[in-house]
Amino acid sequence: MGISLSNKEFNNILDELKKEYKIYAPKLFKGKGRFSDTDLVRYDEISSIEEIEFGKKSYYSPKEVLLPITQTLFYFTEDKVIEPEIDHKKTLVFLRSCDIHAVKRLDEIYLENGVEDPYYKRRREKMKFILMECEKSFENCFCASMGTNETDDYSLFVKSEGDRVFLDIKDKEFSSYFDTGVETEVFPNFVKENKIEVNIPENLDIDIFKSLMWKEYTSRCIGCGRCNTVCGTCSCFSMQDIFYKDNERTGERRRVWASCQIDGYSEVAGGFDFRSDQGDRMRFKVMHKIYDFNKRFGYQMCVGCGRCDDACPEYISFSNCVNKLNEKVKEGK
Amino acid sequence: MDINTKKLKKNAFRVTKERGKTAIRVRVPGGHIEAKHLLILKNIAEKYGNGTLHITTRQGFEIPGISMEYIDDVNKEIQPVIEGLNINQVDPNTGYPASGTRNVAACVGNNVCPFGNYNTTDFAKRIEDAIFPNDYHVKIALTGCPNDCIKSRMHDFGIIGMTEPQYDPYRCIACEACVDNCRDRIVGALSIENNKVVRNEDKCIGCGECILKCPMSAWTRSEEKYYKLVIMGRTGKKNPRLAREFITWVDEESIIKIILNTYRYVDKYIDKDAPGGKEHVGYIVDRTGFQEFKKWVLKDVELGPKAIVEENIYWY
Repeated sequence: MGISLSNKEFNNILDELKKEYKIYAPKLFKGKGRFSDTDLVRYDEISSIEEIEFGKKSYYSPKEVLLPITQTLFYFTEDKVIEPEIDHKKTLVFLRSCDIHAVKRLDEIYLENGVEDPYYKRRREKMKFILMECEKSFENCFCASMGTNETDDYSLFVKSEGDRVFLDIKDKEFSSYFDTGVETEVFPNFVKENKIEVNIPENLDIDIFKSLMWKEYTSRCIGCGRCNTVCGTCSCFSMQDIFYKDNERTGERRRVWASCQIDGYSEVAGGFDFRSDQGDRMRFKVMHKIYDFNKRFGYQMCVGCGRCDDACPEYISFSNCVNKLNEKVKEGK
Repeated sequence: MDINTKKLKKNAFRVTKERGKTAIRVRVPGGHIEAKHLLILKNIAEKYGNGTLHITTRQGFEIPGISMEYIDDVNKEIQPVIEGLNINQVDPNTGYPASGTRNVAACVGNNVCPFGNYNTTDFAKRIEDAIFPNDYHVKIALTGCPNDCIKSRMHDFGIIGMTEPQYDPYRCIACEACVDNCRDRIVGALSIENNKVVRNEDKCIGCGECILKCPMSAWTRSEEKYYKLVIMGRTGKKNPRLAREFITWVDEESIIKIILNTYRYVDKYIDKDAPGGKEHVGYIVDRTGFQEFKKWVLKDVELGPKAIVEENIYWY
C-alpha cells in the first residue's frame, strides 16, 4: 500500500522532515555543465519535490553525501588538536536502486574491512534511503548484469507525477509524518534489462595481468580520473596536512578523495611510482571492480550504473572492457 | 549594355573579369545555415550562373558567371534565403540592400565545439540585425574562445568568448589537471597552494579550459558570459596588423552599443574625398587617434564592474 498527495502537501511534509533531517537529492544545476550552456546534475540539499531531478541520471553519484570530498579531520596548533563540530542532523537521500547497492559496497569497505572508519560510521548511521525508480534504463547502464537493478533496502519510495507525489512508506519511523494523503497502490518499477549486457569472466585470475589487452588503454586513457570521481563505489582518499600561510605552526589535516587513475596515487616515499602506465592503472581499476573485491567479500564491487562510461572524455567503456576481458579469458589469452 | 555599377555593387553583386558577367554574394551571418537553403543556391548557380559556388572567406557564398541581365531574376530567387536567414531588407525580391558592412563571421562556437564559451552564431545574428543594411566598410568576427579560430584579430571588431571560472575548493581533489594544462597550453594563471588551486586573476584569459579539465566540477562557468573585444585589425595593402585588446570582460549589450556608436563615429570622420567614398574604419582611427574613437564609441555605454578598458592602444 501507499499514498498519493499533492506536491504542496508533500513539500509541507519535507519542511517538517527538515527539522530533523538534511534531505539530499539529485539536482539540476543550470549552466554548470562542463561545456557552455549545458547543465549538471549532482547531489545537493533540497527542500521541495520540484527541485529533484527525477528524469536524468546524476553525473556524480550520491556517495558525495556520505564521503565528504574535502573533510577536515582536525585542526592543530602548537600544543592542541581540535576536532571540528559534528553535525548531528540525520540525513535522507533520494537515490536509485544501483546507488543503494553501491552504498552497501562502501559499507563493506569502511565498516566491515577490519577497523571501522569512525568518520564514515557516524554519517552512515544517520542516513536513510528514499528510493527513486528508473522508468527505463539510462544510457550505459548495466545494472541487470550486476544484479543491482532491484532493492528492498529503503525507508520510502517516492515518485513524482506532474503535481502529485506517490509514495510507499516502508519504515515506520516516517508513518507519523504522512498522516494525510489518499491511500493507493504504489510500487516501484525496476528495470529488468539494459541495452548493455556485461559478462564477468568466470575463472578469472591474475594471469590476465599478462594479457596484451591492457596496452590499448596505455595510449587511450588520459588519466583524468573522471571514472573514479563519478563512481558510486570508488572509495579511496588521500591525506593532506596543511600549514596555514600566516602562521605555519598551525594547520589542519584533511582527507580528500583520491583516484587510482591520476598521477600521484601510486607514488611512494622516495618518488617511485609503481603503476605509472595508464594501461596498468586501467587493469588495476577493472580488476578491483570485478575480481579483487569479489575475492574478499564474495560479491562484485561494480554496480553497473555506467557513470564511468558516461563521463569518460576518451569514450573508454568499462563495460566493453569487461566483455573484452571475458572473450580473452575464453580464448585463454 | 547600360549597367550602374555603383548600384550593382551596393546590391551585393560584383563586376567580374568577364565582361557582362556578375556574381551575387550571399550573406550567412554567424556562418551557420539550414541545409535547405543550399538547394536554392544550387538552382541559381545552375540556372543563371556557371554551375559553381565559391565559399567566401567571410563564410558567405558567391555565385559566379551570372549574366548581368538576370540580376532581377536572381534577386527574386534568392528571396527565401534572405528571409530564412532573417537578413534585414528594404524591399522584398530586390536582393540585398547593402554590401559595405560585411557578413558577420563566426566560428562554430558552442553549437558544436567543447571550447566555445557562447553561441557565436546567435550573437553574430544579433549584431547583423543591429548593423545591417549599412554601406560603411566594417568587418566583424566572433570566436568562441581565445583559440580564435575565426581569426577575429584580423577584423575591425573581434569578439572573443570568455567565462570567469568559479572555484569551489571543497570539490577540489588537487589532481592538478587544470594547473598543468594552464601552465603547458595557456597562460599559467593557476598554481597550487596548500593543496587547493589559486587563480591569478590578472593572468587569467577566461578561456574556460580549467572547467573542461576538472574531473570534480570544482571549476564551473560563471553565470555571466564575458567577452574580450579586440579592435582595428586588418589585412590589405596598406599597413596590415592584428587587432589589439580594447575592453576585456565586457558584456554583449555593451559590444553592440559600441559597434553602433562606431557607425556614428565613421559618419562624422570619414574622409568625404576618399576614393569612391570608401574608407575603412581602421584608417579613420589612425587619423583621429584612438582617444577620439574611444570617446565616441563609449558614449552611453554602461560597462559592467569587471570590464577593463585599455587606456591607450598601440597597434604594431
